[in-house]
Amino acid sequence: MKESFDIIIAGIGGQGTILASNIIGEACIIEERTVRGAETHGMAQRGGSVECQVRIDGQHGPLIVPGEADLLIAFDLLEALRYSHFLREGEVAVVNDHLVPPTSVFLQNLLMPTPGEILEMLRARGFRVSLIDAAAIATEAGSVLAQNVVILGAASHHLPLAVDSLALAVERLVPAKTVAINQKAFLLGRDLAGGC
Amino acid sequence: MERRYALGNEGIAHACLEAGMDFASGYPGTPSSEVIDILRTEARGDCYIEWSVNEKVALENALGAAWCGLRALCTMKHVGLNVAADPLMTSAYTGVTGGLVVLSADDPFAHSSQNEQDSRRYAQFARIPCLDPTGVQDAHDLLLDAFALSEEFGLPVLFRPTTRICHSKGDITFGEIATEHRTGSFIRNPAQYVVIPSHTRVLHKELNKKQQPLAEALVKKGYNTGSIRGRRAVIAGGIAASYLQEVLSEDISLLVIRGYPIDEEWLGRFVQQHEEVLVVEELAPVIEEVVRQVAGCIRVHGKKDGCSPYEGEFSPALVADILVRAGFLDQTPFPTVTPEQNLPPRPAILCAGCMHRATFFAMKKVFPDGIFPSDIGCYTLGLQIGAVDTTICMGASITIASGIAHSGEKRPVVCTIGDSTFLHTGVQGLINAVYNGADMIVVILDNRITAMTGHQPNPNTGVTATGTLVPPLSLEALARACGARFVETIDPYDLIGMIRTFEEAKGRSGVRVIIARQVCVIIEKRAKVKRGSYTILSDRCTGCRACIRFGCPAIEFEDEKAVINELCSGCGVCTTICPVGAIARGGRR
Repeated sequence: MKESFDIIIAGIGGQGTILASNIIGEACIIEERTVRGAETHGMAQRGGSVECQVRIDGQHGPLIVPGEADLLIAFDLLEALRYSHFLREGEVAVVNDHLVPPTSVFLQNLLMPTPGEILEMLRARGFRVSLIDAAAIATEAGSVLAQNVVILGAASHHLPLAVDSLALAVERLVPAKTVAINQKAFLLGRDLAGGC
Repeated sequence: MERRYALGNEGIAHACLEAGMDFASGYPGTPSSEVIDILRTEARGDCYIEWSVNEKVALENALGAAWCGLRALCTMKHVGLNVAADPLMTSAYTGVTGGLVVLSADDPFAHSSQNEQDSRRYAQFARIPCLDPTGVQDAHDLLLDAFALSEEFGLPVLFRPTTRICHSKGDITFGEIATEHRTGSFIRNPAQYVVIPSHTRVLHKELNKKQQPLAEALVKKGYNTGSIRGRRAVIAGGIAASYLQEVLSEDISLLVIRGYPIDEEWLGRFVQQHEEVLVVEELAPVIEEVVRQVAGCIRVHGKKDGCSPYEGEFSPALVADILVRAGFLDQTPFPTVTPEQNLPPRPAILCAGCMHRATFFAMKKVFPDGIFPSDIGCYTLGLQIGAVDTTICMGASITIASGIAHSGEKRPVVCTIGDSTFLHTGVQGLINAVYNGADMIVVILDNRITAMTGHQPNPNTGVTATGTLVPPLSLEALARACGARFVETIDPYDLIGMIRTFEEAKGRSGVRVIIARQVCVIIEKRAKVKRGSYTILSDRCTGCRACIRFGCPAIEFEDEKAVINELCSGCGVCTTICPVGAIARGGRR
């Protein structure tokens, strides 16, 4: 039995996947727990598909074994599906209800699954999907840029971390000017997903 | 003491500061770049830090500083070590006074590299010590010791993290940053620093004498350790040793190598106490070759008997498979899963408003039958739009182009190279092409910065690593000084002007240089420059897809018409491409 709680965070370069993973890592530091993580660097900013891995209580390597993740957090529907094989059957996927079509779809005329089809495919793999309209909630919190923190708030119910530790980590890691907005985004995201 | 959730490269940089490093140089290259980037913002006191123009220059600078008694660091990615190999090989002979650590970050799986070479081979080749960390805390701790090890043996130390160490994170415990720094002083000693044949023969002998004491010290210091737990043993190095911890059963012995050269006698004694051993290491069989030498009749598993691959990146699942293949594990504890198939790919692409896309568009328009050698940078992504025919190593676009031009190939040769890459090793190719009368066009894609690796400054930017303003280099003057007669500078956002310049160049002969200059759109966005965005006048749009073929991520296609999304940076290039005038600023006609 593995000792760590493994989270895979999927998104598109520029959506704030690294910040989201840093908040979880910082919360582990606050709780004096060990943690490991892996992330995509280099060309990530150029709009490509990116994934971060975080292993709460991890003590060895940073990589999660496909099929062994305890939670999937995704900022885009298509990216949720792309990395869904990492998640263990029966576990939860917290997914932004948003789909950015990759440029390849237009350039090469590729077929893209619709949001409905993607949800069906995720459920067919045996996952419980928690769908979040992050853009609307982030806007309500004060900035559409806070979508990553909204989703993290929604995912906080499924994390083995105290909500206070996560909230403190948000405060420490977001830019000073946006602390209030992000704190609100985190709590609104958390409230919204309370039932799932 | 402080505990932080930090990147491996952050741990490495912090360890340098704790060790009282006095001097750092490097050339950016994924996954090594953040080390200098962190140092240049976190270093305190009298500490010198530079981004050099290439790795050879960086290493020679650091070597000079180490000869003056400073603790010096030099960073690069693995392929950069090829560029720096010339000074590296002989620096082992001359040795150093102050500690010199050469960080060469390897990239198994070539996440962002042109090959998967193993830097440990260079340490073996040069006969210098190599430290190979197993994780992020280990990277911090080993680097903290590396300067002292270098000083103890008077040898440069090669420090070799991999992508999964540089770019992975963990809770790292940091120590206090040293505040005292050394002042360099050069002590004349030609027998050491002037490697004429009579000196170098003596130095070579001294280098060889250091090898056995060095190998023994790496065991004594606890870098290489083994524990006997059964009749079978696994010997591992690098991050693979961490993956192993997750799957290895407790009745199998484990020996971990973190330092090279390996003490063969010590290793032999360990191996001889087992019936069977398995070597687990990424890339080259560096450990395995030594194990096979000392194993005698003990059975050895590894790469050479097919249990473990020579290429790619390891993972806990792959390490489990290796154990199964060697018979050290009955079956993998991990599930078999398959990723969802046939999803539209989302590779990294040139940004909306990127100057490279517009330049490539004009280039291809004027030279539909052109051959397009290119180089290493964001613009290598031009491959996706048919604008990149070759890429081999830094600075090679101009030289490959002149080779093709001299080969008898009749089609026009138009090569592209970024400003930083041009200054790295491209300029020599331009001097050579002009000197030898090549017939070709060189396009310098000048966005004034080293963009791909995270926007490090270069001589073209007009600012140093630590923020001192300096006169920016003139690419025009440099190109003319190389002997090029046709040197034109163009704005890639002026598509019509750019096509005219390419046409003009097409009519001339010899080496023609076109400098396409525009600020990197990411830098512009960070500086909060706003150009206003464009929209499609849907009543005019005929759905011809001309703008879609341009490949800008700000342009989508819905219900048989083009749509501009919020990524639009306002470069306006698409307005010239649209044949019916259906794209307008802010929707105004």
